Amino acid sequence: MSQVGSCEPAAAGEWPSRPGGSRVIEFQAVTKQYPDGTIAVNKLDLTIEAGRITVFVGPSGCGKTTSLRMINRMIDPTGGRILIDGKDIMKSDPPVLRRGIGYVIQQAGLFPHRTVLDNVATVPVLTGQSRRAARARAAELLETVGLPAGMASRYPAQLSGGQQQRVGVARALAADPPVLLMDEPFSAVDPIVREGLQEELLRLQAELAKTIVFVTHDIDEAIKLGDKVAVLRTGGVLAQFDPPAALLARPVDDFVASFVGRDRGYRALGFLAAAGLTLGELSLVPLGSTAANTKAALADGWAVVVDEARHPLGWLNADRLATVDGAAAVTEELLIRGGSLYTVDANAGITAGSLRSALDAALSSPAALGIAVDSDGAVLGSVDAADVLSALAKARTSGEIPI
Amino acid sequence: MTAWLNAHWGLVFRLSGEHLYLALIPVLIGLVIAIPLGWVATQSRFLRATFFYVFGFIYSIPSLALIIVVPVVLGTRILDPINLMVPLAVYTVALMVRSVVDALESVPWHVRAAATAMGFRPLRRFFAVDLPMSVPVLIAGLRVAAVSSISLVSVGALIGLGGLGDLFTEGAQESFIGELVVGVIASLVLALITDIVLVLIGRLATPWTRV
Repeated sequence: MSQVGSCEPAAAGEWPSRPGGSRVIEFQAVTKQYPDGTIAVNKLDLTIEAGRITVFVGPSGCGKTTSLRMINRMIDPTGGRILIDGKDIMKSDPPVLRRGIGYVIQQAGLFPHRTVLDNVATVPVLTGQSRRAARARAAELLETVGLPAGMASRYPAQLSGGQQQRVGVARALAADPPVLLMDEPFSAVDPIVREGLQEELLRLQAELAKTIVFVTHDIDEAIKLGDKVAVLRTGGVLAQFDPPAALLARPVDDFVASFVGRDRGYRALGFLAAAGLTLGELSLVPLGSTAANTKAALADGWAVVVDEARHPLGWLNADRLATVDGAAAVTEELLIRGGSLYTVDANAGITAGSLRSALDAALSSPAALGIAVDSDGAVLGSVDAADVLSALAKARTSGEIPI
Repeated sequence: MTAWLNAHWGLVFRLSGEHLYLALIPVLIGLVIAIPLGWVATQSRFLRATFFYVFGFIYSIPSLALIIVVPVVLGTRILDPINLMVPLAVYTVALMVRSVVDALESVPWHVRAAATAMGFRPLRRFFAVDLPMSVPVLIAGLRVAAVSSISLVSVGALIGLGGLGDLFTEGAQESFIGELVVGVIASLVLALITDIVLVLIGRLATPWTRV
């Protein structure tokens, strides 16, 4: 995966390469008005930080896609300027500019008549690399985005929506462009696949540190992915431009508040580390213990059944144990399914280690106690909802929550 | 009929070759002309409507009239094959412009947008993306154009260059129904073979459509 940074980005765009390989994009009073008078984007002023993910979000007609497409000159503004690393993009030849900017479109936009490998090799070939070198690079990229090598010779129609979108991302990365534009890339896939693609994007971004501009109409996706989120309102006016935690904590007006959604207080917990949370005791019983021994081990009426690696399998209480003979072994069928797990290690996933995941584990558990696990999934202890709330109060007073 | 055929295999083959030449060279030329015209037509709603109207009108001109007018306009000699091939090419263009427009418009917008966003220049995008993706619709149009061209060649017999059509006129003049039937059947066989060949070419050019 280190190959991603080691190819020659200078061949792709017209700017020289720079350490980190990412660029600042500045919108200066950018306006797009159509001949019929409709204003799609209205005096947009914002600076997109290098190496971070900036999300444009808003209802339809808010100009988010128009703003994105002005960056690679798919659409030209009627007023204002867009600068990439201080250079006015209107001074660039559009095709050359575009080869230095990766683009991922809704439904992937793959070429149905080309194999997966040739799709990914497109931009390197355009910039003059030999087909053989471009294909070798494309094969590496398929691995980077988590696709098996066997997919290379298939046509896009043979892939699932999620796989096609991965190919779309690989294709956008092929020339190692410092800037990546993503136009509602995950909106056409089902929610579970979407979540996987989002995690994958964050993982890739942690390695690559591209300047990513991401457009979505889904505020949850914006909050999950964005280092900063620009909320646009209908008519192309910027309503608020802030990091997600600040957006949830203090929306500037009713429009942003209602757009961010009803349970924003709960979702804001996703940005608070649960580091100070003390874990409680849990009664653990290995699978296969007798019902009588399990009954004796119940603590506060509940016990957690675990496998050899201490992975939690489910809960048992006295009522459930009464349905079997005391000498019978505890089987998986007998267990009461548990709630979500709280992974303590903050690096294990998007919401891992947050108060949100701790609270959800407690609320969704049949025993009213959440199960805390380490990054391997082994039980560490219990989480109590009341403890989460007092940790939240502590974070408030210590000023960790922006007010 | 069989007796006549047994005595004239050579003639039937020679006329079949001539027939194919007269019919298919104009189709090829017509296609090459129709592709850029079709592309132009996709550039604006007005051009599109105008082109469809004009070519619809041209296609409705009776073939015999066109065949007779061509030597007058081009100043060609009376038995020059050009007199037949130019009208056939004109018909192909008239038929294919519409097919080319449909074919180019069958390319999904997001594929075209992605190609532009990756930095294709318009001409390269046309040959690398739009045209190859148009092949299935183009082949469908081409099959109609080729088969109708093959059937139209026979009309040329009236001015002395009709490929297998010569068998129709001769048969009719000599009231020999066998010769006429052989001409009709041979002409049908040519159309059928051409159609099959075009389908095969289409399949070879579009492996991605059968996955």
